[in-house]
Amino acid sequence: MSAPRQLVPGTTVAVPKQDLERLFAHLRAGGYVVVGPTIRDGAIVYDEITSMNDLPIGWKDRQSGGFYRLERRGDQRFFGFVVGPHSWKRYLYPPTRTLFSVRRMGGEFALEAPQEPPPRFAFIGVRSCELAAMGILDRVLAAGAADPDYQARRANVFIVAVNCTEPGGTCFCASMHTGPKCTSGFDLALTELDESFVVEIGSAAGAAVLAAVSWRQPDERELEAATDAVREAATKMGRTLDTSGLRELLYRNLEHPRWDEVAQRCLSCTNCTMVCPTCFCTDVRDTSDLTSTVSERIRVWDSCFNGEFSYLHGGQHRATIRARYRQWLTHKLASWVDQFGTFGCVGCGRCITWCPVGIDLTDEVAALRATS
Amino acid sequence: MTAVLSMANDPIANWGAQPAPRDPMVPGWATVRAIQPETPEVVTLTVELPADSRVAERWPQPGQFNMLYLPGVGEVAISVSSANRDATTVQHTVRAVGRVTLAMRALRVGDPLGIRGPFGRPWPLEQARGSDLVIIGGGIGLAPLRSAIEYIAQHRGEYGQVHILIGARTPADLLYSHEYDAWRSHGMGVISTVDRADAQWKGKVGVVPLLLRSVRADPSRTFLLTCGPEVMMRFVIYQALASGFPKERVYLSLERNMKCGIGLCGHCQLGPYLLCKDGPVLHFGQLEPFFFVEEL
Repeated sequence: MSAPRQLVPGTTVAVPKQDLERLFAHLRAGGYVVVGPTIRDGAIVYDEITSMNDLPIGWKDRQSGGFYRLERRGDQRFFGFVVGPHSWKRYLYPPTRTLFSVRRMGGEFALEAPQEPPPRFAFIGVRSCELAAMGILDRVLAAGAADPDYQARRANVFIVAVNCTEPGGTCFCASMHTGPKCTSGFDLALTELDESFVVEIGSAAGAAVLAAVSWRQPDERELEAATDAVREAATKMGRTLDTSGLRELLYRNLEHPRWDEVAQRCLSCTNCTMVCPTCFCTDVRDTSDLTSTVSERIRVWDSCFNGEFSYLHGGQHRATIRARYRQWLTHKLASWVDQFGTFGCVGCGRCITWCPVGIDLTDEVAALRATS
Repeated sequence: MTAVLSMANDPIANWGAQPAPRDPMVPGWATVRAIQPETPEVVTLTVELPADSRVAERWPQPGQFNMLYLPGVGEVAISVSSANRDATTVQHTVRAVGRVTLAMRALRVGDPLGIRGPFGRPWPLEQARGSDLVIIGGGIGLAPLRSAIEYIAQHRGEYGQVHILIGARTPADLLYSHEYDAWRSHGMGVISTVDRADAQWKGKVGVVPLLLRSVRADPSRTFLLTCGPEVMMRFVIYQALASGFPKERVYLSLERNMKCGIGLCGHCQLGPYLLCKDGPVLHFGQLEPFFFVEEL
């Protein structure tokens, strides 16, 4: 083993698996709220974790259209699963946020905006598709007229990413060019091997954290195994989506009969938009206390599948499920490109897995393509 | 070893060092200074802008809108109906049709009113300088056009012929009818029509797009601005294109549900456009692939 070099962004090192515990402790001591995958209600969700034993060690998730089950792996892999119903969006862009409150004082209103800075999060186990999703949310929420709460949360987040080596049944990041390898936007990126993590350092903050925790030079065998595992993952995607001319395909087919067909199956339940890591639509609700003295404006996640979403003096502009599904899919894969310069889909497959009737956007696009 | 986009080089990483920017969802407080009833369900509110809005770049341009807010009730996008850029007040004409607008009709002089804005793209009055204009408003759709009419009146020498065509359901629903003579005194033609006349009505009866036929406008040197129910605007487009107007000079102001006004809430999409920031004013060349698709 050669003498330790200085850790800088771009360096690749190895870390013993058990030292993840020290990493979590170091991050917590640095003021971070450590959030990572953990099992709750039969699914792997993202929640605050206090120990590496909170991770779903030895579990995997089996996923297909409208189907999600946890199973024992038969080994002790830390990250041997893909993504569940949560995304990091819920920590960067919370499902419910009080924008401000207003107190009526005589004939005047006094406005109070929340002063407390948002928590500093350390995200553990962020997948490549999820890094891409954060990059998309940055374009939506942090450019131009920005959401300062998102900006503050995003600026302070410390990201421990994980390269996927076993894509799931509804994954298609390789089609969307968002994975499986993490290429940017992380502080540390782990590739899990049987005995160690091969860790790529993505930032000065990542280097500083790792220097204080644990690292060693990786051996050739480890580097090779990590590279091979990630390269092979790209060939194991459960789904594929042909993105060639996709924007034009959708714009050309706004009146395609397939929209009527999918509307027969779609329940307009909003699940796809709630699990999507990039769906950003919100509503604002007004509450008032019983004396009408204090009222609040509360921002909540909304969905283009809700009838009220398109309410306009007396009616719903998109009254049919056909129109709502068309809006969603066309937004993800066509108009998002016009609005933000990228697709609104990263190929994570959540909308397929969590659709109660198993509607699969890759099938819908293929059907449009086959019959347009 | 792969090249990595370091977080340190990422503009995001430097956000923490910036002072927290003002939340664009937080309103300022305007004060209602005058209330003008227009029709049985429409009032025009004259509101004094918050002090920090009174800088030149914050004054609304004709065609822009503000988000108006009543605590505990809600917030709605309402177009600016006036063009008095040198004043500290702005006018909003509100039709009482929903929870928030009904509460706004009940406001009294002196009441505070939350306001954010101005937002959106204005009427193309810069590009139209030196040209003729045809302005077609239906119902409450005349409200965003009145800001353009007032602006043109204030800069009358910079524009050629101006024809204003106004439609309403009944004579009592005609907006700003007490101002038509003042507009005419600025050398603008004003023609109105109603769907259903009453015993006193001596004017035209019929839908407003047909009035375009009675106007002698040279489509090669004329801008057309329209706002009203979408079905009305569809017939304005048919009529305008049939008369030889280029698509790129037929401008529409569109309406959708809006929760933020700044492109963050996703509600106001029409095809590729977020109407709050790409609109509400767009020309038909931009809208053609999308405007006639039902429920888009």
